[in-house]
Amino acid sequence: MKNGVQNDSFFKMKFSEKIIVTLLKFAASITILTTIGIIMVLLFETINFFKEVSFWDFITDKEWTPLFAQKHFGILPLVTGTLLTTFIAIAVALPVGLTIAIYLNMYAPKGFRKIFKPLLEVLAAVPTVVYGFFALTVVTPFLQSIYPDLAGFNALSAGIVMGIMIIPFVSSLSEDALYAVPKTLKEAAFGMGSTRFQTSFKVMVPAASSGIMVSIILAISRAIGETMIVAIAAGQQPRFGFDPTVPIETITAYIVQVSMGDVPHGSLEYRTIFAAGITLFVFTFVLNSVSFWIKKRYQEKYD
Amino acid sequence: MVETMTIKEPMDALVDNLQVEPPKKTLIEARNVDVFYGNFQALKNINITIEENSVTAFIGPSGCGKSTFLRCFNRMNDYIDEFSIKGEVLIDSKKIYWRNVAVEELRKEVGMVFQKPNPFPKSIFDNVAYGLKIQGIKDKTFLEERVVKSLKDVALWDEVKDELKKSALALSGGQQQRLCIARTLAVKPKIILMDEPTSALDPISTAKIEELMFELKKEYTIVIVTHNMQQAGRISDKTAFFYMGDLVEYGETKQIFTNPKKERTQNYITGRFG
Repeated sequence: MKNGVQNDSFFKMKFSEKIIVTLLKFAASITILTTIGIIMVLLFETINFFKEVSFWDFITDKEWTPLFAQKHFGILPLVTGTLLTTFIAIAVALPVGLTIAIYLNMYAPKGFRKIFKPLLEVLAAVPTVVYGFFALTVVTPFLQSIYPDLAGFNALSAGIVMGIMIIPFVSSLSEDALYAVPKTLKEAAFGMGSTRFQTSFKVMVPAASSGIMVSIILAISRAIGETMIVAIAAGQQPRFGFDPTVPIETITAYIVQVSMGDVPHGSLEYRTIFAAGITLFVFTFVLNSVSFWIKKRYQEKYD
Repeated sequence: MVETMTIKEPMDALVDNLQVEPPKKTLIEARNVDVFYGNFQALKNINITIEENSVTAFIGPSGCGKSTFLRCFNRMNDYIDEFSIKGEVLIDSKKIYWRNVAVEELRKEVGMVFQKPNPFPKSIFDNVAYGLKIQGIKDKTFLEERVVKSLKDVALWDEVKDELKKSALALSGGQQQRLCIARTLAVKPKIILMDEPTSALDPISTAKIEELMFELKKEYTIVIVTHNMQQAGRISDKTAFFYMGDLVEYGETKQIFTNPKKERTQNYITGRFG
């Protein structure tokens, strides 16, 4: 009898534990299933797309005009537009973000770091649509006052503003990487008579290089996927080439344009957004994998 | 027989007197040094003089201030918040806490070896050449000569001569620590500070480094913090015993270990506390 009671409570505990485990598994599987679902939809529609358009044309044609009478389905103009704005953004965010990270880690008083870092991260919390209008109504007119030939919609100001937006990604993650460098290494550098500058660039940055690389790749990934700023400020003209002063279109901006237009569901034009989407997905997937690989490969170099 | 003896004795004394080296130069001097971390007083009115080409050991229980004091000689305490110092620290008769002192220059004169081996994540060669490179020296043959000489000085050359391009992090702990000493030697400092340099090492590596210190003493002045009483007894010429921020006793190592003047020193070295 006594044994029976004990077994009962033992069984009950196990049962409630089982429910919790099931719930947790369910929660975890939602995210995985969603990801699989997205990939399935993308693949399904993309396969349908490539039944009508040759893959070779898709990756070599230098014109993207699916909505015109004279249809061309070359993804290259969208890719160059995306790469151009991303490159400009990184060109802004990398030097500024890294400088901030080094300043916070090596020069700033501790109290300042505590206040400044969360403040900087607010930059990432500004809605991107606000950045878009900032690019269109403030940065573009300002740049035009320097370079009057600049078009009203252009890759340059969208890229610059996107760069400002991703500064906190670079600076915050790079600072974390610098912070993770063992204190003994900093002491060694100072002990050898290095200045702060020499300590920063000859010891700290190389030692934190894997973390800094990861921060840059994640920032690139973010820039490639960024939509609102480029949709508002960079124009909607797919154009093959790397001229930052003229209107262009990025992959994301094209998807917005078509999704919000009146393209009939199930048509070829409708399927172009899935083909564009999967291209984008491949880009960010590769970048994230690379950053994951770098993290795993170079982490814990010191013990 | 008796006669010759009596004649010889004053002669010997005379010869001995002639051979006595001139009094060694004082290289490090602390005058009335007080150190504070915020309101906590870590060192209380320390006065000490350390001579050239000697090994001086700082001993005492954890938290007694010996490491703090060691780090006053190359101003490594500068990076600690709320650190403040009163009094004077003189290296080679120069006041190093003077406002216009360039700490980078000071640290080229006063090298430091740390508790845990801390080579840079660079090649063995670049680790040793680091100090020279940051001084702007680019002459390759000069760099190579210095690197080889420094590695030979720490008896590491034979172990690494074929793999100078290899990462320093691939070396064993004892090798890394000898590399760190070589890195310090390469810039030819006058003084080498060692903060428990063997506490993270096995007995064989420890023996190698202790042996090394006898050699280094000929050219350098060494100050070492150690928790290992036997080590202090084996390697040092003079020993300073710290307790709760006070310099309790400072003198010839032999005297400190065989005939300490203070009871507290006696208790500590015989293992009754600490």
